[in-house]
Amino acid sequence: MAWVEVREVHKQYQREKQAITVLDGLSLQIEEGEFVALMGPSGSGKTTLLNLIGGIDSPTSGDISVAGTNIARLSGAELARWRSNTIGYIFQLYNLMPVLTALQNVELPLLLHKMNGAERRKRATFALELVGLGDRLGHYPRQLSGGQEQRVAIARALVSDPKVLLADEPTGDLDRKSGEEVLQLLERLNTEFKKTIVMVTHDPHAAERAHRLVHLDKGVLSA
Amino acid sequence: MLQLVLINLFRNPLRSALTLGSVLVALFLYSSLGAVLDSLQATADSGSRERLATRHAIALTNFLPYDYKDRILSIPGVKRVCTQVWFGGLIGGQRQRITQFAVDDDFWPMYTKDLQIVEWSEPQVAMSVPPDHDPHLAAYHAERTACIVGRGVMKKKGWKLGQTIHLQGTRYRGGWDMTIRGVYVKLPGGSWNEDLILFHNEYLVEKGMGGKPSTGVFKVELSDPSQSAAIATQIDAMFENSDNATKTESEQAFGAGFISMFGNVPFALRVIGLAVVFTILVISANTMVMAVRERTSEIAVLKTLGFTDGAVFGMVVAEAAILTTGGGIAGALLAKFGLQGKPLAFIPAMTITWATVLTAILIAIGLGMVSGFIPAWQASRLRIVDALRRVD
Repeated sequence: MAWVEVREVHKQYQREKQAITVLDGLSLQIEEGEFVALMGPSGSGKTTLLNLIGGIDSPTSGDISVAGTNIARLSGAELARWRSNTIGYIFQLYNLMPVLTALQNVELPLLLHKMNGAERRKRATFALELVGLGDRLGHYPRQLSGGQEQRVAIARALVSDPKVLLADEPTGDLDRKSGEEVLQLLERLNTEFKKTIVMVTHDPHAAERAHRLVHLDKGVLSA
Repeated sequence: MLQLVLINLFRNPLRSALTLGSVLVALFLYSSLGAVLDSLQATADSGSRERLATRHAIALTNFLPYDYKDRILSIPGVKRVCTQVWFGGLIGGQRQRITQFAVDDDFWPMYTKDLQIVEWSEPQVAMSVPPDHDPHLAAYHAERTACIVGRGVMKKKGWKLGQTIHLQGTRYRGGWDMTIRGVYVKLPGGSWNEDLILFHNEYLVEKGMGGKPSTGVFKVELSDPSQSAAIATQIDAMFENSDNATKTESEQAFGAGFISMFGNVPFALRVIGLAVVFTILVISANTMVMAVRERTSEIAVLKTLGFTDGAVFGMVVAEAAILTTGGGIAGALLAKFGLQGKPLAFIPAMTITWATVLTAILIAIGLGMVSGFIPAWQASRLRIVDALRRVD
């Protein structure tokens, strides 16, 4: 079985009385350790697909298995626990907590694991050193550049050693240089740490870093 | 997790401080209103159920002839009768009142289990004191203008034994000089508080009543307290057809009846207290709703990281509860230690029970729970994709 398996997934939204189909019977398989880029025009359903794989949205029909768990059958609380153990999520706008330091932001996911404060700090520090921000532990997001913020977000995503990293346009809000640093980091996480990565992007240059390119159009895979 | 709650709590220090301050003021006010009720209740509870109080049947302000005392004493089972007249003088012309009563000599043996003389003047000439009287009252008995003062008043006014104090009469006109010849304390379980001035009834009769004695209340001590109901009926029956009919009840019921003269004041105080609490509830809930709304995307991120709906709910409720509980504890304790023993309007010394303080703190915790519930529920029900889309 594939590490990520999407089978015949439909996703519809109801807008007033109109049903809008975002994903239309989509199937996709991603192997462990793969780095996959999802591309497609706006409204093609790539972010929706990413959200479904990450268990933060649920399909109207169809099944999604990630690392052997069929997440369509999990309750809300089970899904939350599953996310904390399985998924690392990287947002386009970083979404760091402005009142927390870089270290505290990275410690956040570890609050959900049985771990003492010292161990938490040790792991969070290691994650920040891994993304090259070992000297920015006490900095607040407002004291960091966009690229640094995104690297803190990446550290937060990988600190609990997730099975899959999901990145929603991770370079979309960055300049070319910072975007390049983030892509290099993702590539390194994939090659050195064997992380399975699914990345949504509009940028062909970013998509080139992936092993495989998946195109979506109007809710289905396109050639 | 608690650290995260505390960090969120102080992310907008001014707003948190203002909310905490408003809860503090509200609970201080609530506790103060409770203190008034506590003080009234303490007055109502101060009397004994084993003694009787006889007053005019029409109103407490109507006086009874002094010679009723001997007639009440003639009823079998009545051991002792004393008189008690509220004086209502001002001290040093101040509006702040310290309660004074003119009492006759039988007052002292009747209340030996309630009051104890702890400081006293020695009489200038040796004189005998009636056998059932405290021998420390010798100087008091020897001097018509002597008075006995509660320790609370002594401390409050900084008076010394032997000092002459001046009272300005209100009901009984003129200036009234009295010399402090003793200080009493309240014995455990006893009636009265330590905020009284007690002086000779004879002094009042001579100077204030033109030599014609009358009294506001007769206190009646019984040989057998179990006969109190029957004797009360007998006393009232004795004066039923006179110009001055009486109403006799237990001393405790008399105290409660005195409080009932305040009419619906206790009810009004309770309503005001509840209105204050409700207002703060709305303010606090509004603050929490705003605080959570500002953090919609952050809550969505927490959920994405794996925080459950229950954890998010708990964090928001905890935030509200910490805020209101902090304010509540501060307000209630400020009232307890700031007002305890202080005079307020018609109350000579405020009493704030720990039960009132605890109630205020529980209300504060409840306020936090209730005011945090709606935003917490909204936060816990928040769909991650909707919240993130709202921000984008």
